[in-house]
Amino acid sequence: MSQTLNASTLLVIPMAPLVGSLLAGILGTQFGGNWIGRRLSHTFTILGVLVSFILSAMTLSKVIGGASFNDSLYTWMVVGGLKMEVGFMVDSLTAMMMCVVTFVSLMVHIYTIGYMDEDEGYNRFFAYISLFTFSMLMLVMSNNLLQLFFGWEAVGLVSYLLIGFWYNKPTAIFANMKAFLVNRVGDFGFILGIGLIAAYSGTLNYTELFAKANELAAIQFPWYIFGMDAMLITVICICLFIGAMGKSAQFPLHVWLPDSMEGPTPISALIHAATMVTAGIFMVARMSPLFELSDAALNFMMVIGSITALFMGFLGIIQNDIKRVVAYSTLSQLGYMTVALGASAYSVAVFHLMTHAFFKALLFLGAGSVIMGMHHNQDIRWMGGVRKYMPITWITSLLGSLALIGTPMFSGFYSKDSIIEAVHLSTLPAAGFANFAVLAGVFVTAFYSFRMYFLVFHGPERYDQNPDAHHDDHHGHDDHGHDKPHESPWVVTVPLVLLAIPSVVIGFMTIEPMLYGEFFKNVIFIDAAKHPAMQQLGELFHGPVAMALHGMTMAPFWLALAGVVAAWYMYLVNPQVPAFFARVLRPLVVLLEQKYYMDWINENILAKGARGLGQGLWKVGDRAIIDGFFVNGSWKVVGLVSSVVRWFQSGFLYHYALVMILGVFVLMTYFVWLA
Amino acid sequence: MTTLTLGHFLSLGAMLFALAVIGIFLNRKNLIVLLMAIELMLLAVNMNFVAFSHYLGDMHGQVFVFFILTVAAAESAIGLAILVLLFRNKNNINVDELNSLKG
Repeated sequence: MSQTLNASTLLVIPMAPLVGSLLAGILGTQFGGNWIGRRLSHTFTILGVLVSFILSAMTLSKVIGGASFNDSLYTWMVVGGLKMEVGFMVDSLTAMMMCVVTFVSLMVHIYTIGYMDEDEGYNRFFAYISLFTFSMLMLVMSNNLLQLFFGWEAVGLVSYLLIGFWYNKPTAIFANMKAFLVNRVGDFGFILGIGLIAAYSGTLNYTELFAKANELAAIQFPWYIFGMDAMLITVICICLFIGAMGKSAQFPLHVWLPDSMEGPTPISALIHAATMVTAGIFMVARMSPLFELSDAALNFMMVIGSITALFMGFLGIIQNDIKRVVAYSTLSQLGYMTVALGASAYSVAVFHLMTHAFFKALLFLGAGSVIMGMHHNQDIRWMGGVRKYMPITWITSLLGSLALIGTPMFSGFYSKDSIIEAVHLSTLPAAGFANFAVLAGVFVTAFYSFRMYFLVFHGPERYDQNPDAHHDDHHGHDDHGHDKPHESPWVVTVPLVLLAIPSVVIGFMTIEPMLYGEFFKNVIFIDAAKHPAMQQLGELFHGPVAMALHGMTMAPFWLALAGVVAAWYMYLVNPQVPAFFARVLRPLVVLLEQKYYMDWINENILAKGARGLGQGLWKVGDRAIIDGFFVNGSWKVVGLVSSVVRWFQSGFLYHYALVMILGVFVLMTYFVWLA
Repeated sequence: MTTLTLGHFLSLGAMLFALAVIGIFLNRKNLIVLLMAIELMLLAVNMNFVAFSHYLGDMHGQVFVFFILTVAAAESAIGLAILVLLFRNKNNINVDELNSLKG
């Protein structure tokens, strides 16, 4: 790497959104006295993100030209040789993430002007999403694990704040608390992993850590885990991956993501689809030199990813809330990325991360646009035929859905097909199950995506059948005067169009350099001898057009097509079919409706168990032993002794004299005869 | 007829001391008796001093007795002064009713 990037330019990239966020958050809210209005708030934050995006794009072009940056800018503290620093490591992976984050963030900022127009928390919302952009940039640009963890927690915090953005809604408060708590479980594993790394390698810096990776790989873990020997590297990787499971919502820590849809739609697009939830994928890709050393961890990732990819997809089929369908689709796609990571195809995972960020942000924003058009009805059963009223939303959502299901030439095709191929070529023991899961997942994805698409945009109009229309309309705006949907303002449609473009073409344009070229050279490390999938994939690749043509003859394409046709038949041609299946497969549908009883298990077994344990510890440990025995016990003993001793304290002089004299006698007896 | 030995004197001292101790405990009525019993205790000790001084041929013991008598006189004066004050305040010098020491 010949050229070094300018440190102060890099510093501006995360700081610009932070400044915007502080301006809008302090001056634009009651906190700072409502100094600036809505227009200034969104101008400041959008300018901040715009600056950040332009600089990121420039950085990316320089990085493609061979520049890089890896240095610490500020030493926070040094504790016994362990340096805690703030620094940036900008290479192709980082530069790509920076562009994705700032681009999607910019789109969401613009979109928010339209979406949150009627909301009282307008300025606060802009402050939050800008703060999120800052945090996410700090996360991806970090050159050490501590700063990564800072960004990790900061995005978690903003996610919490935004899920509970409508803090008067009890469900939103429940959802944000749930997201926060589930993420704590993941973060606990993550910080254990970081602690193990710090303890054994003595450094948190990526470059220094990777230089020591082989040393770490040779160390046996000092304790038995479930009665088995374990290598240190496996324990570290699994701990780190548990962190990624929390943030990237992998089974069984996925439960928070569907509930996070309680927040406003723009943040569902930005945080819970495009960027924050992919932080786990990014982290694992970043740590590829470590993960590559542990087959056990890779297998584990593959299994978890496959479960998430397939079973979360099934849940998307029965959801009726438009945002929840997209949310389960996000879970499923995150599962795909995790499977790719497990197959050592880190670059494919990151590639899918990028394409997914575009088309999933598009789908969410499209869903938001539909929700606006439908006067805040989110139930797809009461939509239908929207395409006549919202043409831009319709076209862009269609493009997004086609990208999601992997139509050849669309971005999703290149990334998803590469994942499927990589899994197919993987030699790990878990690859068999993963291969089945990702293939089956293609059908499921196509089915639920187009079920939603057909129900929303095609078919008969069912707006007037909504039994609780006025109940849902929490903004209370009944002055629209008509029930027909209406197209959204330009601030909403422009981001949709701008996101639709990369959703369609980005895969075609970037698959060759990103997966098989030099783009990720020196960034993502793959042990080709042990995990040859990527190499073989490269040998099979003959350009994006050939891949698309070849893809049409392959199973995933036909599965996707079958999914679309099935959805078309069941929801447009013959709407009795879903009802028939729902009747015949009643137990299965109940299982899906209950989301595999995961919430039930969490609430009734884990939460109740933890509460029971806490109650037990409180009653036995705290109240009985500490309070009862030690604290109350000591005063009771003192009181008992005192109540006996107080009889000596009669106050009569002759009693004291008697005791004195007896004492003298005892002492004399002792000294004269016994001593 | 036997001569007086150290033992006789010490016995006398011990008897006086015992008398004084018994006086302290048996006396339930009068604080003056208590003071007298304490004086008697001191005298019993003085008796021991004088007896030892005489039989050991060391005059220091008798010098000590003078100091003790002086201190005892001062102490009695203070004790009686306290007694008078106590009587003024409580109208009573009955030992059985003076139990305010227990706080």
